[in-house]
Amino acid sequence: MAATKLLGVFAHVDTATRAIKALRARGVRSIAAYSPVPLDEFEEALTGHGLPRSPVRLFTLVGALIGTASGFALTIWSALKWNLITGGKPVVSIPPFVVIAFELTILLGGLCTLLGLFVTARLPSLRGSSLYDPRFSEDRFGVEVTCDAAERGAIEDLLRSAGAEEVRA
Amino acid sequence: MSDAEPRPRSIAGGAHAAEPTFADVNRDVLATLHPPGNLYFAWMCVVGLILTCGILAWTYQIFYGMGAAGKRTPQMWAMYITTFVFWIGIGHAGTLISAILYLFRAKWRTSIYRGSEAMTIFAVLTAGLFPVIHAGRMWYAYWLIPYPNERYLWPNFRSPLVWDVFAISTYLTISTVFFIVGLVPDIAALRDASTGMKRRIYGMLALGWQGTDRQWRHYRRAYGLFAALATPLVVSVHSVVSWDFAMALVPGWHSTLFAPFFVDGAIFSGFAMVLVLLIPMRYYFNLYAYITDRHLDNMAKLILVTGLVLTYFYICEGFTAWYSGEHFERASYLFKWVGVYAPWWWLQIFCNSVAPLVFFWKRARTHIPTLYVVSILVLIGMWFERFNIIVPGLAHGFYPYTFGSYVPTLVDSGIIIGSFAWFLIQFLGFVKAMPSVSIVEVKETIPHPVRDGQHHH
Repeated sequence: MAATKLLGVFAHVDTATRAIKALRARGVRSIAAYSPVPLDEFEEALTGHGLPRSPVRLFTLVGALIGTASGFALTIWSALKWNLITGGKPVVSIPPFVVIAFELTILLGGLCTLLGLFVTARLPSLRGSSLYDPRFSEDRFGVEVTCDAAERGAIEDLLRSAGAEEVRA
Repeated sequence: MSDAEPRPRSIAGGAHAAEPTFADVNRDVLATLHPPGNLYFAWMCVVGLILTCGILAWTYQIFYGMGAAGKRTPQMWAMYITTFVFWIGIGHAGTLISAILYLFRAKWRTSIYRGSEAMTIFAVLTAGLFPVIHAGRMWYAYWLIPYPNERYLWPNFRSPLVWDVFAISTYLTISTVFFIVGLVPDIAALRDASTGMKRRIYGMLALGWQGTDRQWRHYRRAYGLFAALATPLVVSVHSVVSWDFAMALVPGWHSTLFAPFFVDGAIFSGFAMVLVLLIPMRYYFNLYAYITDRHLDNMAKLILVTGLVLTYFYICEGFTAWYSGEHFERASYLFKWVGVYAPWWWLQIFCNSVAPLVFFWKRARTHIPTLYVVSILVLIGMWFERFNIIVPGLAHGFYPYTFGSYVPTLVDSGIIIGSFAWFLIQFLGFVKAMPSVSIVEVKETIPHPVRDGQHHH
């Protein structure tokens, strides 16, 4: 059966949250919510169990560790390339190399966080949802459902009874 | 707020209720991007003219050499490095507001963080010019990039100057990424509110942001991680800058005090610059509903605290010189007090240790002229603090044969004044191209629209 998309536009956080909960209670799983600000309520309602975790932090961790390793690798390797004692200090003098390793930890950790954000949030997104309403960046909240054409009427009623200002397809 | 006081008004007209609504925030912040009036262009012309003078001065220096900038041994650092350290320091308050206060969940930061963070980027971009200007033959600036020369000889990673390259470039990169990521949802709001060519440009910059739950979920986590990375970074950057001095054996420089001393001074001067920029911005854009007296009060308190800590460091500096029992340390310190640069030393003490004390009075913390005057005094004081570390420090080394004073020239003064114009022209351009108050973050701190019952956020 052909899948169809429905969008409910809400003026309030609580009514939109209620709609998401009711949809989930019905067993609908392909829900997308739109909001002008990040909302704990939406995240909790969408997972059904507390705040979800994001894999972005794995990108940060891996990037930061690569940064630390490459900082030490670059400084130690390049010092050994010219194996000459200067100033009575060891050729591989770790304390000053910590500075380079630290800065590269932050640099690569930050850049990988950006990469992680792009990958997980699927940005830049060339074509977002065609149902997007420009008011979602102002003061409206959206609940978008992908459902079978047969269910359409029931879901539309559900969105309206939860308090949607308008429902569009 | 009592009834007698005027209601905060937005630029788009109409008094707000007790607190702005979501739609008010969009309207008021987007109103700051309306086509500017003649006053704006007049300012742009003045700033552009000063910048042109600075560029001409630099051209002269490139043509005739570093002697034009008054460089003579031992005064090889003089005003360029002074101003470099000054501008890097200015940036730190922006990161403090955007990252550190974010981690502390200080909600009052939301309306001032965007402007402060823009200030950070522009200050670092200004500071970044100075090593290049200072290097003289600036067409060899790429030598700063760590790569091996033709004999496979790498840069000396034990040198603080190489650490500086890593610290400053990391700082610029991470601050810029953090700043742009913060801007994306706001640019989406701009896109949705504009038409035609503007809509296409903002649409591309918004990266297709639609505010879906998926986008927000990862966005928030990434944002927190950026803040967590930027926080130790900002402390490291000015510490590394201070080690440019502290790793050298020059009397008065070779001290473990320098890293916290520099970081604190950086934040102190940065807050002053935030006030210098935000007070006029609030006035011209009529953002009284967002940048309130509470913000000014908090910032004045932070200036007071960092100023008192700085005073403590000044006392430590003197104590260290005396307690060292070392002749050169003592002589170098005494030279600051009574030598040829003494007036500037006492000006620094007045601006940084005495002037901010006025903020012990609550009225002074919200009195605009007082805030403005003290902020400018703090900026002057902090510039002279760096001057007083560099110039008298180098003037009075270990051996009288190496003593030597420095006198500014028209060329290096011109370049330094030009750097202020370069900073301001970026900021002036920014406030008309991008939302200088964060739409999303301000909304997060005001009551969210609910139909039934109470909502807390």
